[in-house]
Amino acid sequence: MNTDNTILRVNNVVKHFDISGGWLDQLSFKGGPHLEKTTVKAVNDISLFVKKGETLSVVGESGCGKSTLARVILGLYPPNSGEIYYDGQRIDQLSHEQMLPFRKKMQMIFQDPYASLNPRKTVSQTLEEPLRFHNPNMKSDAIKAKIDEVMSQVGVDPAWITRYPHEFSGGQRQRISIARALILDPEFIVADEPVSALDVSIQAQILNLLMKLAEQRGLTYLFITHDLSVVQHISTRVAVLYLGTLCELSSAKDMYANPLHPYTKALLSAIPQVGEKEAKHIKLKGEVPTPVNLPSGCVFHARCVHADNRCTKEVPQLKEHENKAFVACHAVEEGRLTD
Amino acid sequence: MSHLLEVEDLEVKFALRFGDITAIDGAGFTLDKGEKLGLVGESGAGKSVTGFAIINLISKPGYISRGRIMFEGQEISSWPDAKMRHIRGNRISMIFQDPMMTLNPVFTIGFQMVETLKAHQDISTAKAEAVCLEKLKKVHIPSPEKRLNQYPHELSGGMRQRIIIAISLLADPAIIIADEPTTALDVTIQAEIMDLLQELCETENMGLILITHDLGVVSQVTEKIAVMYAGKIIEYGSTDEIVHHPMHPYTEGLIQSIPGSIPPGEELKQIPGMMPTLTDIPSGCAFNPRCGLRGDICTKETPQLRKMKNGVMAACHMK
Repeated sequence: MNTDNTILRVNNVVKHFDISGGWLDQLSFKGGPHLEKTTVKAVNDISLFVKKGETLSVVGESGCGKSTLARVILGLYPPNSGEIYYDGQRIDQLSHEQMLPFRKKMQMIFQDPYASLNPRKTVSQTLEEPLRFHNPNMKSDAIKAKIDEVMSQVGVDPAWITRYPHEFSGGQRQRISIARALILDPEFIVADEPVSALDVSIQAQILNLLMKLAEQRGLTYLFITHDLSVVQHISTRVAVLYLGTLCELSSAKDMYANPLHPYTKALLSAIPQVGEKEAKHIKLKGEVPTPVNLPSGCVFHARCVHADNRCTKEVPQLKEHENKAFVACHAVEEGRLTD
Repeated sequence: MSHLLEVEDLEVKFALRFGDITAIDGAGFTLDKGEKLGLVGESGAGKSVTGFAIINLISKPGYISRGRIMFEGQEISSWPDAKMRHIRGNRISMIFQDPMMTLNPVFTIGFQMVETLKAHQDISTAKAEAVCLEKLKKVHIPSPEKRLNQYPHELSGGMRQRIIIAISLLADPAIIIADEPTTALDVTIQAEIMDLLQELCETENMGLILITHDLGVVSQVTEKIAVMYAGKIIEYGSTDEIVHHPMHPYTEGLIQSIPGSIPPGEELKQIPGMMPTLTDIPSGCAFNPRCGLRGDICTKETPQLRKMKNGVMAACHMK
């Protein structure tokens, strides 16, 4: 199962958050007084793998568990159950010290460059910290040389390293946070909405930079975003999440040409295209349910026009279909979707 | 023929310690009944300030320093606040970006809606509630009777934005100014809200000014676009022409930098550099340091909007 070029494998990962609060909040009088726990079921039984050198995008609407999945993979949240393998080694149960060598290989870029850089540290302090932490014996000249190299790679003048984050624009800050992720020469980068906080013209600059860096350094990306046109542009494969569940996973080209899952179809049809006169989007019924009370059966059934009795009862499994597309949908499985 | 709204040579300044900065410099456009206009640009281009200026909501240290705003044949830019209140939320409504922030969390939806209506009309609470229900139905909110007694936190983002649209419709306005109404929402919800706004413009014969940074949304919804850059309108005309044959190099760059306009994986066309801050606008054409067509004249003379061969107005020396 573990082929050579798989860098990351996630098996049946579940992450739930307990938000019940104190016992007064938990108190319920329905059917006699008792305490009731409330859990947010953020990630439910997700399995996927990332191949070396590819860009796997995880897309979905807000609250679907994309960011939680990213943080579970990096070990920032421990999963409730499931396994995570990096390069064939299981990493989800490692202690802090055992995790250190993996932290060097796996880095993260965050969404908001205004929040992710420490405002009281200069750029050089920000970039130095991971280097000194992971290589305590590194000489100062070597550190300086490394910072210079990475800064020029991300397109920020190395002469500016003594400046503070507030002296930079949003696009430049995002370049600096990319530099921070690159400074340890990682193999695998999780980018959590790296361009959503930026303007269109700056967004294009950052996307070009990320693609260039992937080529130069042979990076593997797990790209988390809700922007579907960005996804189409940069991804090798795409995973679509809905309410913490994987709906569809296939190559970007196939998915955009021929989405299979009804949710993917609706999602892709909702992208406004420049120059398109009429919106032809598929209308979904209702709203996204809360991840506190997950619907029975297929999580999407209440909003799906193709849902039948089976969909309300039985949870669909992710199965392989044409073109190596993995889809979790009873209707696709039974061939009920003919349009 | 006079237009529903006519903005002419509008200039908005902000008085700061080190002198005045010009946030909007000579903006002009018109809007007719049932017409949809898109104001497009990046953050800091002056889109929102233009929207606020129309209903005179520029707060200190900002002020309208020049220009005319004609609404239904009356010059409203110099009206005092008391008089403007008959326009704001009544004849011209505004919808803001974040539906989480716009509604007051400690009052029910019904209370907030009735309050708005009573501010503009002498109306009994029972009658006001009937109007509210009718508007909630118009924005396709499921079980509207129930919503009146709910608090904002009980509703989803898309639902809240529908409530806000319903509030803006309460007094049957002639114009709705929507400032990034879907930026905080997901794509599928965004598509629904845009459908709704379009539908309302048609059924109520309202004018819509849609302020957004998303050219995709604008090209689906509006008939006219005004592209803003560093406080100026640099291109203005029919949506169709601008989207397919942009005349200004900035508009062209903006359209090309959207992923999806070129095959996946290829390098995106990018506009080098970034928009200047308003304190530090380059002389001549504000776009000249980033422009690929720059000539000598561009650094010296500020280009004026003029009619191009496809009927679009653009401010560029080189076209």
